Amino acid sequence: MSIPADLKYTKTHEWIKPEADGTVSVGITDHAQQALGDIVFLELPEPGRSVKAGEECAVVESVKAASDIYAPVAGEVVAKNEEASAAPERVNQDCYATWLFKLKPANPADLDGLLDAAAYAKVEAES
Amino acid sequence: MPQRTPLYDAHLAAGAKIVDFAGWEMPIHYGSQLEEHHQVRRDAGMFDVSHMLAIDLAGCDAQGYLRRLLANDVAKLTQPGKALYSCMLKEDGGVIDDLIVYFFSPTRYRIVVNAGTATKDVAWMQAQAANANVGLTPRRDLAMIAIQGPRAREKFWLAFPDSRAVSEPLGVFQATEWNDWLIARTGYTGEDGFEISVPATQAIGVWQKLLDAGVKPAGLGARDTLRLEAGMNLYGQDMDETQNPLESGLAWTVDFKDTNRDFIGKSALVARQQQGHLRQLLGLVLIDRGILRAHQKVVTPLGEGETTSGSFAPTLNQSIAFARLPAGVQPGDEVQVAIRDKLLRAKVVKPPFARNGKPLI
Repeated sequence: MSIPADLKYTKTHEWIKPEADGTVSVGITDHAQQALGDIVFLELPEPGRSVKAGEECAVVESVKAASDIYAPVAGEVVAKNEEASAAPERVNQDCYATWLFKLKPANPADLDGLLDAAAYAKVEAES
Repeated sequence: MPQRTPLYDAHLAAGAKIVDFAGWEMPIHYGSQLEEHHQVRRDAGMFDVSHMLAIDLAGCDAQGYLRRLLANDVAKLTQPGKALYSCMLKEDGGVIDDLIVYFFSPTRYRIVVNAGTATKDVAWMQAQAANANVGLTPRRDLAMIAIQGPRAREKFWLAFPDSRAVSEPLGVFQATEWNDWLIARTGYTGEDGFEISVPATQAIGVWQKLLDAGVKPAGLGARDTLRLEAGMNLYGQDMDETQNPLESGLAWTVDFKDTNRDFIGKSALVARQQQGHLRQLLGLVLIDRGILRAHQKVVTPLGEGETTSGSFAPTLNQSIAFARLPAGVQPGDEVQVAIRDKLLRAKVVKPPFARNGKPLI
């Protein structure tokens, strides 16, 4: 399964992409979308909401199950992807291009604690 | 140690994602549950249902035995091959299993039961047969395949042209023996089609011929959304030993007509009816955005209920559920369902939600 080298990851199968404006985009990995199957509904956090690291802040629902998405680091939600909400199957079609929400990290150094592609590949192999 | 059906290798070859289902390693999907669902509604798909168990019954007391064992009345079966859906109840009216019984003669029947309940079903049936002249033969030597969809019969005949003469005249819920096969015009999808039983040794060859005729494999995931849209109960979810059929949307399968007939669970059901205020298993269609799932709380002006099955419904492109609701709630009413931290609006409907390829709501 694909694991782009330029992204950061969590053990709970989120990917994190640092953006030029200091925010991060968050989505779910190829492993996660394949495990979930056909995705039909996204419940995304409202901009302005403050989240703690590891807090449940979105839900991805496939035909068969609902799966919680966790905030990778503490921060404030600054955007949610309305286009993905309107067409959740895009998460299956291109999970790394389909971010779910954007966060402004409370402490940018927290990003250093996330997994790199090699470390995530090990997590994926064990799950 | 999980069990495998004779078609396990065929599932792997077709790219199945395998899951444990009631102790069996079964295909949940072969790539996309949604596509498999649509394939069955629009064309033809096939399901391996060999994990279910066929039990043959023979003996001069077979009819009398079944009239006591089952809540539906097998006496209404008079034409060889005719099938009947029934619950098998405990004395307290709880549902041990739901099943299909096929009639061949008053001394010969076949019952097909669920995989997860097969062991306890056989034990219960044996115990009830103690003083009757009836023999039970579990048929783990058979494989079962359900071919379902508007083009299922046509594609089945393409694969097995010699079977057409005997299977084309079959009406709904009718079966025929053909060589060592049983071909039944039954299913669990709300679509036309057949369910066939064949010797396990033939299973792979039959599956391959159906593939060659353009019948695509469909997994248990699609089977679940198809049956939910079709308004068909799933044992262990919509009813079980703690629920009776009258409060599980299955009153139509309990036959009280012959007042001289006593069946196991009858007195408990009669008592429950006399108490009144029977809860009802009805359908819900979610109005707000989200997905209904089993075991969500339903809030109505007449009290609380609970969803028993729920999913995204691919044919309707919205979310639906079954829910056990207080007496007096009516189709058309608006209720609320607790999903995570929200109360979402849903409309009460009478299932089915879809049949023969078309939404009904």
